[in-house]
Amino acid sequence: MVDLSIKIHKLELKNPVATASGTFGYGEEFTDFFDPGTLGAIFIKGLTLRNRDGNPYPRMAETASGMLNAVGLQNKGIEHFIENIYPRIKNYNTHIIANVNGSTVEEYIALTEKINELEHIPAIELNISCPNVKEGGMAFGVSCPSAIAVTDAVRKVYDKTLIVKLSPNVTDIAEMALAVEGAGADAISLVNTFLGMAIDAESKKPLLSTITGGLSGPCIKPIALRMVWQVYKVVNIPVFGMGGIMNAADAIEFILAGSSAIQVGTANFIDPQIPLKIIQGIEEYMERQGVKNVADLVGALED
Amino acid sequence: MKRIEDLSVKNISWLNSNSYVLELSGTKAIPGILPGNFAEIRVDDHPGVFLRRPFSYLDLDEKTNSISFFVKVVGKGSQKLGTLAKGDVVNVIHPLGNAFSIPENKKVLITGGGSGIAPFIMLGRELKSRGNEITIITGGRSSEDILFSKEFKAYGEVLCTTEDGSLGEKGILTEHSIFTKDNFDFDLIYSCGPEGMMKAVAKIARDKGIPCEASLEHLMACGFGVCLCCIQETTEGNQCVCTEGPVFNTNDLTW
Repeated sequence: MVDLSIKIHKLELKNPVATASGTFGYGEEFTDFFDPGTLGAIFIKGLTLRNRDGNPYPRMAETASGMLNAVGLQNKGIEHFIENIYPRIKNYNTHIIANVNGSTVEEYIALTEKINELEHIPAIELNISCPNVKEGGMAFGVSCPSAIAVTDAVRKVYDKTLIVKLSPNVTDIAEMALAVEGAGADAISLVNTFLGMAIDAESKKPLLSTITGGLSGPCIKPIALRMVWQVYKVVNIPVFGMGGIMNAADAIEFILAGSSAIQVGTANFIDPQIPLKIIQGIEEYMERQGVKNVADLVGALED
Repeated sequence: MKRIEDLSVKNISWLNSNSYVLELSGTKAIPGILPGNFAEIRVDDHPGVFLRRPFSYLDLDEKTNSISFFVKVVGKGSQKLGTLAKGDVVNVIHPLGNAFSIPENKKVLITGGGSGIAPFIMLGRELKSRGNEITIITGGRSSEDILFSKEFKAYGEVLCTTEDGSLGEKGILTEHSIFTKDNFDFDLIYSCGPEGMMKAVAKIARDKGIPCEASLEHLMACGFGVCLCCIQETTEGNQCVCTEGPVFNTNDLTW
């Protein structure tokens, strides 16, 4: 028997496979396909203080080996979540992690304080990397001073596990990771989507209502993998790696590059059972390779 | 309950130069499927196709565990599916979405433009079995696009328009003379087709005070309410076409 469990700060994950925010709803959308309780963790759809309608249609475009999205954090706000959704999902046999968004530092703090009161949410993922909102979002995650300011402010009001989700749309990802680690982050998620765009040549119009959007899927995997490796080498906190993971082999590559755990994102749209297959695939790999603990694979890249 | 399963290609029959019926079958009993539901079909082995493609069911056969889809070739995904051979395996997530409402003993009008006729074979059968009086009007560019007339004739009166005048009345669907008749009176109108057509049908319905249900087709990444890409503006805010639709009462839309 191999041991798939992994510790991320105070969280004991039963396996290193989580699902990425915005690609797995609140987990309940997947119960027809498999038991979300088998996952290491679920990063639920991004939350904001108030209702957000998101961006106008069209907000999605297929690309070669991936897709662009410009959803824009559509959600009904934290109060709706607490009253209507949280009671349904709080007893899933896994860690429910809230993805926290704001337009200002004050909004991040206010939202964090509300989530802090929810007993069954042991961690937050501070999203300073959403490319699809006009205010806040990625703006906080592309400069060190603002990333430090928001991380530090949220750290002061939150004692549970604080994960910061970084944007790949920066010159030096290692510098950003060090900045949020210094500001008190317990773990790092990377990468969010890459800013991209698509055009219809015939109509000479953009394919997204917002013109630009976030690129995800296997087309970003080599860049995401490189960024995880660069961050792993410089920080002392665990990393949730993600970016185009479509199968167990991809997940293992991210673990070898330094991810303590991984998040499956866009692949959930195409195969809603893929997280389960990835858990099984990692187990088979470990048996084949004679690895007892998945922790021994983290950063085990041989160069 | 929705499920994900491998089905095999039973048959592909081309109806004209750019559309075909894709028939799939499996060993398990098919799930409960209602008129208006759709399926998300994975397109394998094409480097340019990443996401699944949504299709309304054309028909089903519980005896042979078969389902079929009307596919119009509009891009790489629909083109690739048309090249599959009998016995090829296709992965399907289904059934998805809501369904048309089925009244009893009413007078109903069905309007289908282009590939928008797909859900109406099943709907017509269900409406007929509940004693409804059915009129079906289909529209296309030319006679080649007017399909399933024989099946529709079993349900009620069948009318059509073609833009080139090669069959039925010349013009677009909403220019058909039925809409201007003094005795134009229905209890419910159904619509599926290009958005411009559905909007025009919805306007006629609204002007005459007739409820109208339209089946929308939006770009979607998942099909089960997670990606939030296929949104439609409604009086209740943005709703997902895949879960809160694809069938909407047009009075609830911001058309």
